[in-house]
Amino acid sequence: MRIELETRPVRSTAMEIISPLAAFAIAVLIGGGIIAMLGKSPTQAFHVYFIAPLSEIWSLQEVAVKATPLVLIAIGLSFCYRANLWNIGAEGQFVVGGLFGGMVAVYTHGAINDGLIGGWWVLPAMLLAGTLAGMLYGLIPALLKVKLGASEILTSLMLVYLAELLLDYLVRGPLRDPKGFNFPQSVPFEEIARLPYIVPGDRLHAGVLLALAAVFLAAFIMRRTLFGFDVRLVGSAPKAARFAGFSDARLTLAVFAISGGAAGLAGICEVAGQIGQLQPVISPGYGFSAIIVAFLGRLQPIGILLAGLVLSITTIGGENAQILMKVPLDTTRAFQGILLMCVLAADVLTRYRIKIRLGASS
Amino acid sequence: MVSQAGKPLVAMRGIVKRFGAFTANDRIDLDIFSGEAHALLGENGAGKSTLVKILYGLLSPTDGEIRLEGDAVRFSGPQSARAAGIGMVFQHFSLFDNLTVAENIALVLPPGETLAGLDERIAEIGRRYGLRLEPARPVWTLSAGERQRIEIARCLLQDPKLLILDEPTSVLTPQEAETLFATLDVLRGEGRAILYISHKLEEVRRLCDRATVLRGGRVVATCDPRAESVRSLAAMMVGTHVVDVRSRGADALGPERLGVEKLSLTAEDLHGVALDQVSLSVRGGEVFGLAGIAGNGQDELFAALSGERTAASAGAIRIDGISVGREGINLRRQYGAAFVPEERNGHAAAPDFSLSENVILSRHATGDVMNGNLVDLPAAARLAREIISSFDVRASGVDPAARTLSGGNLQKFLVGREVSRRPGVLVLNQPTWGVDAAASAAIRQMLIDLARQGAAVLVISQDLDELFEISDRIAVIHHGHVSEPRATRKVTREEIGLLMGGASQHAH
Amino acid sequence: MSLQIFELVLFTILAAATPLVIAAIGELIVERAGVLNLGVEGMMICGAATGFAVAILTDSSEIGVLAGILAGMALAALFGLLTIFMAANQVATGLALTILGLGLSGLIGAQFIGLKRESLGHLYIPLLSDIPLIGKLVFSQDVFVYAGWALVVGTAWFLSRTRAGLTLRAVGENHASAHALGIPVRKIRFLAVLFGGACAGLAGAYLSLAYTPFWAPGMTAGRGWIALALVVFASWRPLLAFAGALLFGGATVLQLHAQAASIGLPGQLLTAVPYAATIIALIILSLRHRRGGAAPASLGVGFVPER
Repeated sequence: MRIELETRPVRSTAMEIISPLAAFAIAVLIGGGIIAMLGKSPTQAFHVYFIAPLSEIWSLQEVAVKATPLVLIAIGLSFCYRANLWNIGAEGQFVVGGLFGGMVAVYTHGAINDGLIGGWWVLPAMLLAGTLAGMLYGLIPALLKVKLGASEILTSLMLVYLAELLLDYLVRGPLRDPKGFNFPQSVPFEEIARLPYIVPGDRLHAGVLLALAAVFLAAFIMRRTLFGFDVRLVGSAPKAARFAGFSDARLTLAVFAISGGAAGLAGICEVAGQIGQLQPVISPGYGFSAIIVAFLGRLQPIGILLAGLVLSITTIGGENAQILMKVPLDTTRAFQGILLMCVLAADVLTRYRIKIRLGASS
Repeated sequence: MVSQAGKPLVAMRGIVKRFGAFTANDRIDLDIFSGEAHALLGENGAGKSTLVKILYGLLSPTDGEIRLEGDAVRFSGPQSARAAGIGMVFQHFSLFDNLTVAENIALVLPPGETLAGLDERIAEIGRRYGLRLEPARPVWTLSAGERQRIEIARCLLQDPKLLILDEPTSVLTPQEAETLFATLDVLRGEGRAILYISHKLEEVRRLCDRATVLRGGRVVATCDPRAESVRSLAAMMVGTHVVDVRSRGADALGPERLGVEKLSLTAEDLHGVALDQVSLSVRGGEVFGLAGIAGNGQDELFAALSGERTAASAGAIRIDGISVGREGINLRRQYGAAFVPEERNGHAAAPDFSLSENVILSRHATGDVMNGNLVDLPAAARLAREIISSFDVRASGVDPAARTLSGGNLQKFLVGREVSRRPGVLVLNQPTWGVDAAASAAIRQMLIDLARQGAAVLVISQDLDELFEISDRIAVIHHGHVSEPRATRKVTREEIGLLMGGASQHAH
Repeated sequence: MSLQIFELVLFTILAAATPLVIAAIGELIVERAGVLNLGVEGMMICGAATGFAVAILTDSSEIGVLAGILAGMALAALFGLLTIFMAANQVATGLALTILGLGLSGLIGAQFIGLKRESLGHLYIPLLSDIPLIGKLVFSQDVFVYAGWALVVGTAWFLSRTRAGLTLRAVGENHASAHALGIPVRKIRFLAVLFGGACAGLAGAYLSLAYTPFWAPGMTAGRGWIALALVVFASWRPLLAFAGALLFGGATVLQLHAQAASIGLPGQLLTAVPYAATIIALIILSLRHRRGGAAPASLGVGFVPER
């Protein structure tokens, strides 16, 4: 048998839309197969995974809250991936953002309580510190690549482990709440150091709005600015980008700063919005799931928004399935991996027609 | 020597090859006899490469059959074609830069043959056909001529009945080409057939007994090239009469607009060429030709002139008297320079981007398509339409992707993108490489017209015909050295050819 | 330090280096063929989970090892199908493979958490194994260690001395030329990818059947990524990969000993050593030859033949 690819003269627009949907459908079928192999009912699982999270106000809010970090990170990553640069360390940038932003809250804790300092600037300072920390952390692999040519893939990933260990050490050591009965966690943040809720008393925090803003900002930058043109050009034809007078090095630094900053912002939003204190682990792997979101959304801002919601739904569905059906949590991760595989395979359809011929292989 | 009366060695019958909706070969018949040198003529895109790839087993035909000495054969790949006695020398070589000469040759030995004694066999081939080779040398250290020898030796090791050569002289100096012809004569004398693809018609008339002419994927003529003139052969290839480029007459030359002084540049990578003290001066109103075999520093010089790589000192490059050696490409554009690199898809243009986005690519620097920091998409689209209509670019659909255009039309668009800006200095690298005759003529006319309006035009090209047609002065680049320029009227091809081959120049 | 402790340290370094060597050699062959498979971590952990699960179910470590190898190959085949035959992006597909592998390994290993198996036996040759130092290091290892050594020597010989090795290098060097000569580029790449998967699976099986020996989720702890870095560090040469693996094995062991000796440094800092060492190694390498001159020229670039 021989698989032949025939280049399409023009990228198929219909396929651009159909391919992620088809990929999703195929991934769901494979996932159903796995569920069946585990001896559970695929139809019940489908309901728990995809329908139930959408059927209550409470869980809809939860979907939005979980989608927030995914979308924020993925929007940042899309700048890197569009430019063919591979930041896979968003998880580390997320952690560092949460950590340094959170430290602002921890260190101002007593002072605010005692009324020594005014509080309005604390939250903005936290968001800024988180974003900057993520940005700087993201710039490390970029600088190593630009200055030395070291593979950004490996360095950015190794930095994830280092960030996680740093957070773990600090939360168990210097940042631990002295009155916390030796639990490895920081003091709970003041009200003023928390992201406000959109609906008072509910779960939906203001980070959701930041994610939405990021989507529209990214769409504008990509489509209308010279910088966005540069990002797309470098990814599509790097030599042509040099001919257009754009600097590889500057662009590398810029997209890593953007993606690191976005991940850092997502990190501090998670800490200040969702968790409310620093803990040894602050991410269930958002930085890696966001890679899936970025590709499932075809690296397009609106696509990423939708993909973030889809992935968030499956994550919540997975948690419910674990409780209701005793399906291991890893099923969700495996499903997400399959989904990404299917998306990448389906992407081929937009560029090529696939022909399968019988006969000798070539 | 030629036994046309007998059965042909190779008979291709009714060969059809389609790629999607495009028919590259349309019912082609071709006979090749033992001991003959058979030319395959045609413009770029006429279907020559497709046809020989089918003959070499690289492509399988959609329809038709190949007979070898009377028996129908079906090649599953180049191995089976080689086993049947067909060898091929590729235009862009199928060599591996980081492997040695011997390793490159060993790769195509039939399975089962050992590597023992290979060096001895290579030496034997070398003695017999005048193909000197050093088995232990890595390929990247070799010149184009030496590389071609590897390809030929590699074929001869398998004692082929038919040798296919695809544009073999395009990378050779005239003198190296002579050596090749001598080798080919020996091969023909041994009764081997040669299928010779070229667009150099003088060469074909000298070397070949018979010619098959393709146009638009079909055979339009079979003839004896020795009985034809270059003009009549060209007419068969192109179909219509190609308009001659109107020469520019003797206008007065203006002051220097592009100056290069003692420009040195290290090689960018392991396999690059360093520029060594290059000096030249192009005046307003002239077309300056820079001849040279590919890989002698042309790409490096182009990068240095365009600003994709900056020079060590500002004074090394001057545009209209302004020292720009340390500036990037966009500032040089703002000073009135424009550039057309060799590689169309991927360097001059982004293949997946639309034509209007490709206008932005080089025109954003001069503010034509910008609105502050924002991209002015309507303005870019307007400009793209203007270029398409004023330079007769054939493109299908509204604002199609660059890669959907044919080579000639894309090149017209890309030269038009720069010329329509009316630059004071235009630098082009291989402007008509792989472009059909009509588009080539149109592009050359664009360059002459631009020079006539007072611009300085520097054309880097390995096509001597082109340079002799349009340039006022010619210099040669060899190993990163640029020779003293000579007035085109006062220099012969042989002299230029010697310089291209590295003959030292003591004239000045 | 007494000879015995010295011997023990060297012995544990060899053990810690073994999974890195095996996985790195596999990836080295893949990359020499011009393919970048970032899914080593995923294939490795699936090999670990599958190997352990099958060993428990069949009560045979040998069958477990085989199952681990097959699990690695199965994931590699998926990767090869997507990237080689469907021209999907290699980097993204490799990442997907890692995510998929981590998830699948969790599913496969879920019921085997907390179980333990006797680790695989070590060689014992009377007299030879009793020679001080050398006896223990050279003649008393388990089968994986010897497999690792055999892989290093075997691939070094294969790449430099055989025609098949020459063909593989040619494919990684310039796939267009190779195709023009009729070398089956995609088939060779697919086979190389399968070999890489087998090695990663074997490395994983070593972890769960000999090194620890039990199954724990996420037990590869980035070793697959370190193996990837080793290939770069070794400039795509098997013997250098072995040397590099020993260095990393050393870093791991040093960290364990320091932790045990409780020398007052935070545990997290010591755990960070192998990861930080990887970054430093990449920096040193980049300083050595800045243009990555040793990398196969077609590395990571998809190939679509026209037909």
